[in-house]
Amino acid sequence: MLLQGFGPLIASGTWMTIKLALLSMLASVLIGLVGASSKLSGSRLLRGLATGYTTLIRSVPDLVIMLLLFYSLQMLLNQATEWAGVEQIDIDPFLAGVVTLGFIYGAYFTETFRGAFQAVPRGQLEAAVAYGMKPWQVFRRVLFPQMMRFALPGIGNNWQVMIKATALVSIIGLSDIVKATQDAGKSSMQLFYFCVVGGLIYLAITTVSNGALLWLERRYSVGVRKAAL
Amino acid sequence: MKKLALTVCLALASSGVFAKDWKVIRFGVDASYAPFESKAADGKLTGFDIDLGNAICEKLKAKCVWVENDFDGMIPALKAKKFDGILSALSVTEKRAEQIAFSDKMYNSPVRMIAKKGAPLQPTPESLRGKRIGVEQGSTQEAYAKAHWEPKGVNVVPYQNQDLVLSDLVSGRLDASLQDAVQADVGFLRTARGNGFAFAGPEVNDAKILGTGTAIGLRKDDADLRQQINQALAAIHQDGTYQRLAKKYFTFDIYH
Amino acid sequence: MNEILQQYWQAYLWSDGYHLSGVAMTLWLLVASIGIGFVLAVPLAVARVSPNPLIRGPVWFYTYVFRGTPLYIQLLVFYTGIYSIESVRAQPLLDAFFREGINCTLLAFALNTCAYTVEIFAGAIRATPYGEIEAARAYGMSSFTLYRRVILPSALRRALPYYSNEVILMLHSTTLAFTATVPDILKVARDVNSATYASFEAFGIAGALYAVIVFALVWLFRRGEQRWLAFLKPQAH
Repeated sequence: MLLQGFGPLIASGTWMTIKLALLSMLASVLIGLVGASSKLSGSRLLRGLATGYTTLIRSVPDLVIMLLLFYSLQMLLNQATEWAGVEQIDIDPFLAGVVTLGFIYGAYFTETFRGAFQAVPRGQLEAAVAYGMKPWQVFRRVLFPQMMRFALPGIGNNWQVMIKATALVSIIGLSDIVKATQDAGKSSMQLFYFCVVGGLIYLAITTVSNGALLWLERRYSVGVRKAAL
Repeated sequence: MKKLALTVCLALASSGVFAKDWKVIRFGVDASYAPFESKAADGKLTGFDIDLGNAICEKLKAKCVWVENDFDGMIPALKAKKFDGILSALSVTEKRAEQIAFSDKMYNSPVRMIAKKGAPLQPTPESLRGKRIGVEQGSTQEAYAKAHWEPKGVNVVPYQNQDLVLSDLVSGRLDASLQDAVQADVGFLRTARGNGFAFAGPEVNDAKILGTGTAIGLRKDDADLRQQINQALAAIHQDGTYQRLAKKYFTFDIYH
Repeated sequence: MNEILQQYWQAYLWSDGYHLSGVAMTLWLLVASIGIGFVLAVPLAVARVSPNPLIRGPVWFYTYVFRGTPLYIQLLVFYTGIYSIESVRAQPLLDAFFREGINCTLLAFALNTCAYTVEIFAGAIRATPYGEIEAARAYGMSSFTLYRRVILPSALRRALPYYSNEVILMLHSTTLAFTATVPDILKVARDVNSATYASFEAFGIAGALYAVIVFALVWLFRRGEQRWLAFLKPQAH
């Protein structure tokens, strides 16, 4: 057969990558929303913290942050749990991957959302407040749906970058696409072939998500008029 | 939300606080070292270390959990409690003994060099000058090659794991590689991949760097686990389990 | 911490005693791959916006593949994949090239950054104000002169902010070089980690070094933008 019996191994690696990417995406969107709100907030402390966070992430490579967190965070966490007298909480490679990727891309999402929040016309927010909406209602009914339209290209871009960044997690021992295809290549002694197979799987994932993003962009742009050139 | 947090806290707290009675023992392993530890095509771990570990767990009525980790990160990961013991053909050396505790001896493992069959290479700096020698990063062999060979003009190249060393030896990037002799013999030379390669020169000796045999690496404060594992090791020697398992992999006496 | 710095500062900065290592190696990887990538990207970007699909198509395909797969996989293809092919090793020239880990690394890095750079430049070329092009045509410029005198100088300048981003991301990507046994900053940190078991210090020092390089790059690009993008600033009297 085409995959010489390594099909199940590679399929489970692919599933692992997709799971990792989706969960990290969720984590980083949440962090991004919090980060963007802090950057736009009136509090000096929050703004400073958020700026420090995004600067740090932009300056230190993801792989370094990943290794740093994978080895050191566990030690710190152990000290904390021992001090508190509770059972050790284990950071396995999957959790470490989600936490690190979420932490890293949270910074990029912070920037994306900050821009998008600012792009929503102020008048609409003021109108919503004038209608007597509570801050949460303003966010849910007016700010969020509109912001999404401005944020989508950025979100799509971050997602594409993040899928590719998941490949790094095989370095801290997760059995993702890279690990699975490398193992298959070594066992069958056809390294070149299986490297290319790994690349094609990523290409398929990015192509599918490109399509999905186009669809989403169209959906969120319903009602937006564009002048025909 | 608060309720959820509370439940999580309780669940964490109730799942066995302090009292480490070792119902579960987690061993760190770098599965790139056949016949001691490697991965079958279906992803299962196999090898002499794996069998020994499972036999020890059985004697202790504990559950063995295997955690895969690159060899160079084993000791930091052990200290970070990612697992409770290193069972991965770990040689006992003075330098490592400063950091961690060791169980009793598991088996002996001489160190030898391999190269292309018929290559006129000897494990001496004179013979290897200008050549490229692969070693596993963080291994005793790396320490040896860096101490004895690199200063004399040998190009020592460390790799993340033994598999990568052998891959580059096969592809011809390396002139030779230095590793555990048994591992090289059973896990490489006698497989289809090792076709055309052979041991080059005699065993390499330096008790200070290369150590004396292999053992399970443990945290220094887990003295109870060390004692239990040593008892289990003695027991599997006594009831013949060790000899039976050794026969599965080796035709010679690996213990002495 | 002090002991680590005392023992390894040289390896972190420029040499482990036998080879180039640490910051020097990382900077070399960055400069060489960015340099090659830039030189290739300019003509490819022009081809990318060509009205002829036979010219545009192959460049689109190239950037599509290299931007759609992780650099880590590309590096593995060039380092372990290609050299495992018998016929590559049989060819003396290819053998000599792919045998060296650093060559494979530079090739993968350069092709990767080139793909992103092509799209950045192509986007900037497309965004050239049509009036500039029409005016140049009206002056009777040939296509070549048009690109050389009008489109490229302005497009490359306008691309600068995006390009600086790509350079910084490329610096982050150089951390993958250890895959091909190239001793960059992170490789030294991993060595220190496995020799001293002081993970936080080992990787922390590496992180700080990368941060310093990024700040230097950001400063350089700011200076560049002030110089070359001055014409885009609002006029002040």
